[in-house]
Amino acid sequence: MADTAQVVEHTARTLRDHLPVLQVLVPFVTAPLIVLLGSRRLAWPLAFIASAVALVISFIMLMEVREGGMLTYTMGGWAPPLGIEYRVDAANAFVLLLISLIGTVVLPFAYASFRDEIKSRDHTLMYACWMLCFTGLLGMVATGDAFNVFVFLEISSLSTYVLVAMGADRDRRALTAAYDYLIMGTIGATFFVIGLGMLYMATGTLNMADMADRIADQGMNRTVRSGFAFIMVGMGLKVAMFPLHLWLPKAYTFAPSAVTVFLSATATKAALYVMMRFTFSVYNPDFAFATNTLEIIFIPLAVIAMFSASFVAVFQTNFKRMLAYSSIAQVGYMLLGVALLTDTGLTAAILHMFNHGLTKGLLFMGVGAYVLRANGSFYTQIAGLGRKMPITTGAVVIGGLSLIGVPGTAGFISKWILVEAALERAPEHAMFLAIAVAIVLSSLLAVVYVWRAFEVLYLSEPDPNSTATEAPLMMLIPMWILAGGCIWFGFSTELLHDTAVQAANGLLQGSQGMLVIPDQGGAH
Amino acid sequence: MIDIFPPFVIYIIAALIVPFIPAGRLRSTFMLVIPVVGAWMIWNTPTGLSAVVPFFGFDLTLMRVDKLATIFALVFSLAAFLANLYAWHLRDTMQQVAALLYAGSAIGAVFVGDLISLFFFWEGTAIASVFLIWARRTEGAFWTGMRYLIIQIGSGVILIAGVAMYYASTGSIGFEAMTLPMTSPITWGALEIGIWMIFLSFGIKCAFPLLHNWLQDAYPAATVTGTVVLSAFTTKLAVYALARGFAGTEILIYIGAIMTLFPIFYAVIENDLRRVLAYSLNNQLGFMVVGIGIGTELALNGTAAHAFAHILYKALLFMSVGAVLFRTGTAKGSELGGLYKTMPLTMIFCCVGAASISAFPLFSGFVTKSLIVSAASKEHYYIIWGILLFASAGVFHHSGIKIPYFAFFAHDSGKRPKEAPTHMLWAMGITAALCILVGVFPAPLYELLPYEVNYENYTTTHVITQLQLLMGSALAFTVLTVYKIYPPELKSVNLDFDWTYRRFLPAALRYISFLVSATFGMVTGAINAFAANMVHRLHHSHGPDGSRAASWPSGAMVLSIAALLGLALFVIFFS
Repeated sequence: MADTAQVVEHTARTLRDHLPVLQVLVPFVTAPLIVLLGSRRLAWPLAFIASAVALVISFIMLMEVREGGMLTYTMGGWAPPLGIEYRVDAANAFVLLLISLIGTVVLPFAYASFRDEIKSRDHTLMYACWMLCFTGLLGMVATGDAFNVFVFLEISSLSTYVLVAMGADRDRRALTAAYDYLIMGTIGATFFVIGLGMLYMATGTLNMADMADRIADQGMNRTVRSGFAFIMVGMGLKVAMFPLHLWLPKAYTFAPSAVTVFLSATATKAALYVMMRFTFSVYNPDFAFATNTLEIIFIPLAVIAMFSASFVAVFQTNFKRMLAYSSIAQVGYMLLGVALLTDTGLTAAILHMFNHGLTKGLLFMGVGAYVLRANGSFYTQIAGLGRKMPITTGAVVIGGLSLIGVPGTAGFISKWILVEAALERAPEHAMFLAIAVAIVLSSLLAVVYVWRAFEVLYLSEPDPNSTATEAPLMMLIPMWILAGGCIWFGFSTELLHDTAVQAANGLLQGSQGMLVIPDQGGAH
Repeated sequence: MIDIFPPFVIYIIAALIVPFIPAGRLRSTFMLVIPVVGAWMIWNTPTGLSAVVPFFGFDLTLMRVDKLATIFALVFSLAAFLANLYAWHLRDTMQQVAALLYAGSAIGAVFVGDLISLFFFWEGTAIASVFLIWARRTEGAFWTGMRYLIIQIGSGVILIAGVAMYYASTGSIGFEAMTLPMTSPITWGALEIGIWMIFLSFGIKCAFPLLHNWLQDAYPAATVTGTVVLSAFTTKLAVYALARGFAGTEILIYIGAIMTLFPIFYAVIENDLRRVLAYSLNNQLGFMVVGIGIGTELALNGTAAHAFAHILYKALLFMSVGAVLFRTGTAKGSELGGLYKTMPLTMIFCCVGAASISAFPLFSGFVTKSLIVSAASKEHYYIIWGILLFASAGVFHHSGIKIPYFAFFAHDSGKRPKEAPTHMLWAMGITAALCILVGVFPAPLYELLPYEVNYENYTTTHVITQLQLLMGSALAFTVLTVYKIYPPELKSVNLDFDWTYRRFLPAALRYISFLVSATFGMVTGAINAFAANMVHRLHHSHGPDGSRAASWPSGAMVLSIAALLGLALFVIFFS
């Protein structure tokens, strides 16, 4: 099959065959193009077109692999494992869609928000960085090569540090936030690359599928095991797993509003995807050490995150920071879903990834609109804005409800499945019953912190000197697209759910193996 | 499908039209025409017909025509006509609409053949009638109406709950004769409880002893014309429902006997003449309930006939006292007296009503009540028979003598009101004529009864017994009054059983609620203190200034990475 593929690729390749690489390449090329053109007027349209193209590509790919199967692409015609291979199956097509969707939807918002928050001379470079970050996130997800993951991780991380630091125009603390994030992110990336090094040492390959085959062949040894620890901790940091989350609140709080929207909805999700990919497709949850790490370390930490971060969110006085802490709690749910190691659990994690992306993106956009009109997001500043900015706040209410997981919103579906997943395993051990209860209880904390925001927005007296008016259309349209998504996916659950189930199944089946020798694929 | 047109529909359509007719003679005429048309329709509806409409998977029988239903429907129509004539002067849309809906609901209820439809009309009478009380538009009337409505709606709720249980056990919603289970409540299943609930709801509406207070509370509180309307329908609907569902249930005999007795004493000491009439209404219901309890053909005939006659003479009495109230502004015995001088016609009509209720020979009460009393003796319920006789004497005492005496004679109050308005006189005149007519020529009424009547009223024994009874009672009244032993009409409030739930129960509840709330307060106080402490500590650790929310220095963050890595390695190596 590989031979035929080799033959075919030189004769007739359609645009369709190039989709996996175009997904990454389009924004990747756009970034330098923006810089080279150097035009402030062209920067935004270029970025937007690139994002839209990426969105279309990811959508087409998802439709291709939604029913199972995968798309592969060998970079430059070099056959894997030597060459770099891109592999897209249901799991990463889904995440690619989330990233490109958020990237596209947020850009109009970012246009309005940047004009207010960023000095105009920096705009061109902002969009270039944005494109790089976008590229990095897409690349991390699309690639099937372990080292390539690291490269794209670094691309996205470095550009993210810059994007966060640009918040310094409004608040100088953005600089320390970016600095902290840089230190932590670099350490995380370093851990990840150390883990990769160990795997490379043990297997002699960097292609993930190949690695999986060889680990399965040779069994596990200490090097492979240690690699797992490093990769998990490194990626855990990017995911903002408790207690490695400490960079997140500051970074999210002080970054420019649009950057926070983008990062919160995509960055942690991409990292979580990598974590899942390594856990299930490179390693194998059948390994006792992997199972133990997930169940002994991840589950307790996830539950602690759900409560601890929620409590912090309850007491926050800044809407943006509150949402940042809520994100840490929500990451807890996703990690919990992964660590349950069942079909349902993984489905819940993947769905929650998507739904939380929509929800948090929407809420942070609301924050951005408040920052634009009321010049801040402290509760004292946004008091009573529900009456002055009804359309914005209406969308925020929908987002809040989805964050709580009220039936009829997207957030409900994934939380519900997560509870189901925990209950599924309850007969095994009473601990899982307690976990199911914990999910519900921590959702109640979400009611508290979301309600507090609603109360401030609607029931407090607005500042008499406030001149806040409704947010501009450029902000409202993206918000309401996501708000519509939150409602739509709360009722029409089939598309997302089926895809998530397919993705979870794909992940749980383990590696598909190298395509060159199909007989050995899935031999373990 | 409906092949006959249910008569209640015409009342509902009329109620919808009435607000659009300008208040005045035209509207009042319209109000009079409706019952006539309705009665004509009922008269022409052949018995044995039925009309069924499907409703949510149930077949609702809106029309089941038999003689028992027809006689009640006819007398309801008659009562509606008379009440509307009496209310000719009325220019109040709310009362007129309510009266039509009320009469329509009552007529609808007697024709239904299933319990679910019965429930709808049951609640219909409750809701429509309360507006006749609220039409006084005083605060007192509002609260009285509220109490009345709560009890009536409560009766409906109990009814539907019972129906649901009945349906769940039998799979039938048909409104047929039911057997009241008399076994120990411990052994009851859903069917038994359901039947008892249906029975209880009928009992509430029928003003069974201890369930009766809404009647004396509400009827005197309605408007002058409203009371006349109220007196006709609600309780008689309940009598009909009992006759249909629980004929021959023995416990009803004793319930009825108590009902005939206890209101007498209250009626004697009560000062408000309309409330006296309300008590006597209750007492008359007792006769009907006894008849239902006996359950023989004679007894059921007696119940139907007595209901017919009772609606007429009770309406007549309420009309005459209402006319007095209308002219003088009071219905208190202590403030009235000597009105015969200026209201002679009203006085005469009142006396006809009094004679009828007291069952004087040649008046309607005589030919109807005797059916029930005879049935009791025929079935060998001698004690009950005795009680009924005593109650008859009591009726004469408080309704037959007391009402006319204190209103129109007694000491002269000095009031010199005008005679009642013409339309009221007409209404009272027609009613009085009917009372006498029924008394003298009972045959047409007997024709209408559910069963064939082989009964001779005017035997020497009957007439003499009745006259002895009445004379004895009159003598007692005279003696008591002459020697001033008779309880004078005082401005007072009488304590009835409603004291228990209007005074004692609230007080008891207040005490219990104090105990509960004190305990609850202590417990919640402790919980609150605990929670406050908890929140305080949480705030300390998780609040904006707490360690969990603080921005940690990079070194500390890196330390956490190292710690987690160590932990992960530890787990991995030892598993």
